[in-house]
Amino acid sequence: MTTTPAIEFDRVAYGVGELSAEFAFSREPGTVTAILGPSGAGKSTLLNLAAGFLEPREGQIRIDGKPVGGLPPATRGVSMVFQDNNLFAHLDIRTNIGLGLDPALKLDAAAWARVEAALDRVGLAGFGKRQPGSLSGGERQRVALARAFVRRRPLLLLDEPFDGLGPGLAADMLRLMLEIRAEVGATVLMVTHDPDEARAAADRILLISKGKIAADADAAGFFDRTDLPELEAYLGRQRGA
Amino acid sequence: MLTRGEHRAARGGGVAAILLIGLALLAPIWVLVAQGTGAGLGSGQGAYLMRITRFTLLQAGLSTLLSLGLAIPLTRALARRPAFAGRRWLISLFAVPLGLPPLVAALGLLEVWGRNGLANAGLSVLGLETPFSIYGLSGILLAHVFFNMPLATRLILPGLERLPPEYWKTAANLGMGGMSLFRLVEWPAMRRSAGAAAGLIFMLCATSFTLVLVLGGGPAATTLEVAIYQALRFDFDPGRAVLLSAIQIGLTLAVMLALRLISLPAEAGDTRGGSPSRPDAGRGWRALPDITLIALSGAFVAAPLVAVVTSGLAADLGRLLSSAQFWRATATSLGIGLAAAILSVSLAGLMVRARHSAGARPGSPALGLLSGMTGAASSLTLLVPPVVLGAGWFLMLGGGSGQLIAPLAVIVLINALMSLPFVIRVIEPAHQSAMERNGRLALSLGITGIDRIRQIDIPAMLAPVSTGFVFAVALSLGDLGAVALFGSDRILTLPWLLYQKLGSYRTADAAGLALLLGATTMTLMVVADRFGAGTFTRARKDLP
Repeated sequence: MTTTPAIEFDRVAYGVGELSAEFAFSREPGTVTAILGPSGAGKSTLLNLAAGFLEPREGQIRIDGKPVGGLPPATRGVSMVFQDNNLFAHLDIRTNIGLGLDPALKLDAAAWARVEAALDRVGLAGFGKRQPGSLSGGERQRVALARAFVRRRPLLLLDEPFDGLGPGLAADMLRLMLEIRAEVGATVLMVTHDPDEARAAADRILLISKGKIAADADAAGFFDRTDLPELEAYLGRQRGA
Repeated sequence: MLTRGEHRAARGGGVAAILLIGLALLAPIWVLVAQGTGAGLGSGQGAYLMRITRFTLLQAGLSTLLSLGLAIPLTRALARRPAFAGRRWLISLFAVPLGLPPLVAALGLLEVWGRNGLANAGLSVLGLETPFSIYGLSGILLAHVFFNMPLATRLILPGLERLPPEYWKTAANLGMGGMSLFRLVEWPAMRRSAGAAAGLIFMLCATSFTLVLVLGGGPAATTLEVAIYQALRFDFDPGRAVLLSAIQIGLTLAVMLALRLISLPAEAGDTRGGSPSRPDAGRGWRALPDITLIALSGAFVAAPLVAVVTSGLAADLGRLLSSAQFWRATATSLGIGLAAAILSVSLAGLMVRARHSAGARPGSPALGLLSGMTGAASSLTLLVPPVVLGAGWFLMLGGGSGQLIAPLAVIVLINALMSLPFVIRVIEPAHQSAMERNGRLALSLGITGIDRIRQIDIPAMLAPVSTGFVFAVALSLGDLGAVALFGSDRILTLPWLLYQKLGSYRTADAAGLALLLGATTMTLMVVADRFGAGTFTRARKDLP
């Protein structure tokens, strides 16, 4: 018996020429996948295709078994966290989170209570009235996670979310992300360029190179493999060393 | 960094410039006041003044409302479509009305929207009986929107394009639709520049003279400035002109104080396309509203310009170019323009230098006053519109008829004052950086006084001074306001000649003249812009 994959790229092709990409893979619900690869390989393209910011030229993307081609980003059951600018700088923290519950911000008392609870959950209780500019980079990313938390979408897409936070802080944030993932029961696709981050958080690895999936494998022991030339090149290891 | 002697020269020059500007501004105002105390309010005057004031405010308010009402959705559409073919051309096209003499634009608008124009032909094809009338309020509004909708768009667009691309993705991810996107993301980004643009447009429209003179028909559609002109030129009623001037100054003062409260945005310009991807932008048929809006706006701005060119080319340019009258007007216009530009750049140079010198010793009350006065003098010239200034001098010269040198000097003075704030804005930052760069070096080499100005300061500021100079020439060439009161068979400038041809229905001649005048001023504006761009790139290269 097989479960319906949480996300499936069915022979998806995007673009032509230099920027073209082809992806085919699927993920079981509740898994965490780290997407690795050199810059310009197409990691963000993959996330943007899943999120609905880009449309494939060929093939089909299915989320929870449902084809999402042509569906706007908001109705795909996806939450996304970027490296930067996740929060609208002119809106206070609670408004930024509240938008995750209703994009027109028509919220009742119960909804605002959920916003406060989410802030509490990410360790930022009492920060609701502050402006994003008065928070540190790590705190802003916590708010972005809080918004993903209240949205409870089945698919969580992370585009280098903890980059530039420093190793200790990034590890804390990674732990928080995994806890929230578990509570929501979401499936995670996370672009990173930190092998340690992938090792610490991921069940599965997607190694992308030149717009193609070079490896789709278990995370356990992945970085010790020597049979993948793309991995050798990516990690900068000498072959046979 | 100046020597003691140079400081003394700089401050002395600044005081001289302020005295000259003060005299140019205050002498006419004093004459107006002196004449005004003699002139009582006749019966019916009050109602007349009230009506004129109300119409001035009404048309300025409606013009502002319409310009922004169109610019805001257009700006949203342009920000949503960062990469369509011709976008850069459209943005450049939107800069054209800013540099165009109002009279030339009025002619283009008449060609398109006049009784026999393209627009009415189109309307009658659609079966609409009553044609659109370009005279009266509707024409004034049309012309003001033509000038100010592109201005507002260029002022507001950079604020939207500066938003990070993640905003649009996040908004799409959260499902923010058109209304909530506007309310929560776009409007907050536009609010400041839209407010400032509104103030600026209201100011421009409340003091608009040429467009109202040409398109406003009769007493029902007259603004304060045009009424001043009529009072002096046709009715020779100085008392009325004085009252109108007082109201006009009070009005501009109120608007300027209000403008101080909302800070003006940085220069329009940096509109290189913004976010590369807008997932919220509709594709296929859903892009149609944006495409329609952008295309119509482009056509609205381009059509009068095209009409000026085509009707100008259709006119008998050969005959125009061989007429002695044309060359006389050209010579007069050029003479006035060059003299006004020299005066304007000299005054600006003196004041910028004085302010620099005064800033070297903060805390001195006398120098603080000098610094403040140089700052205020340039904005005071905005406070007193050219027609009001001209009215005072007109009364002082007793109508100026029969005289030649005095009215010409007044026209030069008014044109110089008009361009002064802009010239100062171009020169001041360049002077600042030149001083920082060369000050110590010049001092250590012992190059001082007039040698220093000749050898170091002027060469270092050649580009911005040229920009200011060419800009002042262009502004003066296209101006009708100052010459309107003094224009005659003897004092004949290009805009005055064009206005007369329009008035006597010599349409073909007017079209040819408009093309020549428009092309000349536009060329000068582009040249000034190039000089300016050179300044900016050099200034940037010099940064560490």
